Amino acid sequence: MMQNPLYSITALFDLPDEIIHAADKTSKAGYTRYDVHSPYPVHGMDHAMRLNTSKIGYFAFAFGLLGALCAVTFISWVTISDYPLVIGGKPFWSWPAFVPVSFEVTVLFASVLSTLAMIVLYFKFPNNAHPLHDTHYMKQVSSDKFGLSIQAEDPKFDEKLIKEFLKTIGGKEITSIYFEPEELSHGQKLFDLKFIGVLLVVALTVSASTYFTLNKLMYMQPFNWMMVQNKLKAQQASGLFRDGIGMRPPVEGTVARGFIPYAFKGKPEDAGTYLVDPLLPTKEVLDRGKSKYLTFCSPCHGNFARGDSRLQGQFPNPPTLHSDKVRSWPDGRIYHVITEGQNAMPSYTPQISPENRWAIINYIRVLQRAQNAKESDLK
Amino acid sequence: MTNEAIDYTQEPQITTIPVTSADIDVTIEAPLNRFPSRRWWIALGVTLSVLAFGLFAVTMIQLKGLGVAGFNQPVAWAFDVTNFVFWVGIGHAGTLISAILFLMRQRWRNAIARFAEAMTIFAVMCAGMFVTVTHLGRVWLMGYLFPYPNQHGLWINFNSPLVWDVFAVSTYFTVSFAFWYLGLIPDFGTLRDRAKYRYKKIIYSLLSLGWRFSNRHWTHYERLYLILAGFATPLVLSVHTIVSFDFAISILPGWHSTIFPPYFVAGAVFSGFAMVQNVLVLVRKMFKFEHIITIKHLENMNKVMLLTGSMVGYAYAMEFFMAWYSGSQFERFVFLNRALGPYAWAYWTMVSCNVIFVQGFWFKKIRTSVPVMFVIGILVNVGMWIERYVIIVTSLSRDFLPSSWGHFSPTLYDYGILSLGFGLFFTCVLLFVRFLPSVAMAELKSVVDGAQVKNH
Repeated sequence: MMQNPLYSITALFDLPDEIIHAADKTSKAGYTRYDVHSPYPVHGMDHAMRLNTSKIGYFAFAFGLLGALCAVTFISWVTISDYPLVIGGKPFWSWPAFVPVSFEVTVLFASVLSTLAMIVLYFKFPNNAHPLHDTHYMKQVSSDKFGLSIQAEDPKFDEKLIKEFLKTIGGKEITSIYFEPEELSHGQKLFDLKFIGVLLVVALTVSASTYFTLNKLMYMQPFNWMMVQNKLKAQQASGLFRDGIGMRPPVEGTVARGFIPYAFKGKPEDAGTYLVDPLLPTKEVLDRGKSKYLTFCSPCHGNFARGDSRLQGQFPNPPTLHSDKVRSWPDGRIYHVITEGQNAMPSYTPQISPENRWAIINYIRVLQRAQNAKESDLK
Repeated sequence: MTNEAIDYTQEPQITTIPVTSADIDVTIEAPLNRFPSRRWWIALGVTLSVLAFGLFAVTMIQLKGLGVAGFNQPVAWAFDVTNFVFWVGIGHAGTLISAILFLMRQRWRNAIARFAEAMTIFAVMCAGMFVTVTHLGRVWLMGYLFPYPNQHGLWINFNSPLVWDVFAVSTYFTVSFAFWYLGLIPDFGTLRDRAKYRYKKIIYSLLSLGWRFSNRHWTHYERLYLILAGFATPLVLSVHTIVSFDFAISILPGWHSTIFPPYFVAGAVFSGFAMVQNVLVLVRKMFKFEHIITIKHLENMNKVMLLTGSMVGYAYAMEFFMAWYSGSQFERFVFLNRALGPYAWAYWTMVSCNVIFVQGFWFKKIRTSVPVMFVIGILVNVGMWIERYVIIVTSLSRDFLPSSWGHFSPTLYDYGILSLGFGLFFTCVLLFVRFLPSVAMAELKSVVDGAQVKNH
């Protein structure tokens, strides 16, 4: 034991009043490297020990500012620049909505980081070793006694004088505390290889388990991401039906909504007799007819229905629609040609809805009348 | 007693009989050193069974989907959000005791602060679990709650109160934990020095972070404790305010109301104090802490319950007035529907538990009678749980169009979700009282008689 260097000389006191006076006298005697140990903070001790007010508040302020800055910058970057989304018709930077999150992040940074700062800077984490630990003195001050410990590194240190001094100010159980060999290197051990190793192991474990969870585990059963469902998809087999096919054709005679079958298949004259244009030649109808005509009809029939195809001979030209024959056809007869096709013209049933067919017919009548205007139309 | 003049210059005693620092160590450490009693094992068995039932329900919900519970349109928020709000509220009493009463220099709070803070942490754990595990339905998508760089290039919506909630609750948990741990450091130091077994000594040495009761540390420690209390106070108010925004910022009748933030905070403190009072009544009896957690503490908590309960009652009345005064037929209908509709039983249970029974605390006899206050505390917890149920279910089930109305009735799995919270909370509480000091020893030592210097 004796080969170890001396750390400090300690004395114990019973009452808070005694320790306050003892600390005061120690300060007055000119000692600076000493410490008081008490099971709870005794009011007035900071003054007796001539300690300055703790600077931890400045850390909290700086960290809080940092948190606020981080939150506001990040939210602004996300909402203005990285992925701007219109939400509820508000401006991208609708700052009142950002107040709650910014406040929470400010409090989070200030509280957690200043706690860590205190533990690392003042408690010297991760250095747990200290000569006072595991001594009779420490076991007393952690329960109900108050202790004063004058360190050997004090410039005025003199073992004999101090022991006498402690006795005069009322100290009991005056003992000398020696360093254990492993405690000699006291001070910051944050960059100690051992501690960094522990941090590395923790970091590796956390990242490996995160990777496994997010990239592997989440794709094992029962996490099937709703891919497995009790329903039949198109082309799937099913044992429910005799033919083993999951997809079923509609029941015979089923009429799909909005698709009434054409009643005049192969009967152009009947179509001309019985089908009546349901639309009135209003401006909307004629506009729609023009638009559909230009899309579907004009490539072959020409923009003005003269039979002057826009296809430059890639496809046989149809006859003009201004002939007497077509002009004298009833509307239903033209409807039949669009529906069923004629000669080289295919059926336009899939492309043009019945209503649009009637609109096109209305427009064709306009074109015909424009080409064959009567005397009265010119007035 | 009645004829004696009360000396208001003297602060009242914290403990009923004079205790020394050494007594405190022995008393508080005792439950940590004994082998648990049979009663404790039975209690743990009960809470673990309740927890297991909850885990069964949650597993089924994850495997089969949220539909196995009663969730459906229009009531998709029933039991899990009710439980979430309930448990966040329970947590608020802990922070109120540990931070706000600390700032107000209420010395009596030192005896119950540790326990209340622990309850905060467990309650916020429960609350977090309800939104992340049960309410999500697909728990593996939980990562989307947080802003992280992903392949979609998409971030969370910072305009949404649900996102504010994520930040509020996670910050609340982290800060409460830091505050709690900070308070535990000196006690870990004491336990380390009193440990009789090597393994205990190693654990407490690691946890105490090399604490050695140095006054050069205490000065930073006390300052930081004050700062954290200062941060925790607005934080706790913000958390339940943001929880109430989940409702108030939507446009549903019965939710879209500016009274919600103060009303929710008062309700949270109310239910939290009821829970702390209930559990402390049991703990002080079980571990013979009656001289440390005195009838005075319980009485003070009952006074807070009386105040916050009356605030909640005022909010109930004001909601009805505002519904009438707004002139909105939907608002008026929702409140009439609450009082007279299919959930009238819940509404009137809520009113009687939260407003009427608690008025008994005007009388000192009732305020200081342990069995009576225990029953009232339980009733308050029932009432506050039902309050959230009433707010959520009545508003969702009948909103604007009668054609989209519905009715919510819980299934077995809903009760499973309910028991998940209580199971987890009380299991944590039981483990806490066995493994950690349930009264802050250093804090208590600093306020008992003779602990501080007179006339310094």
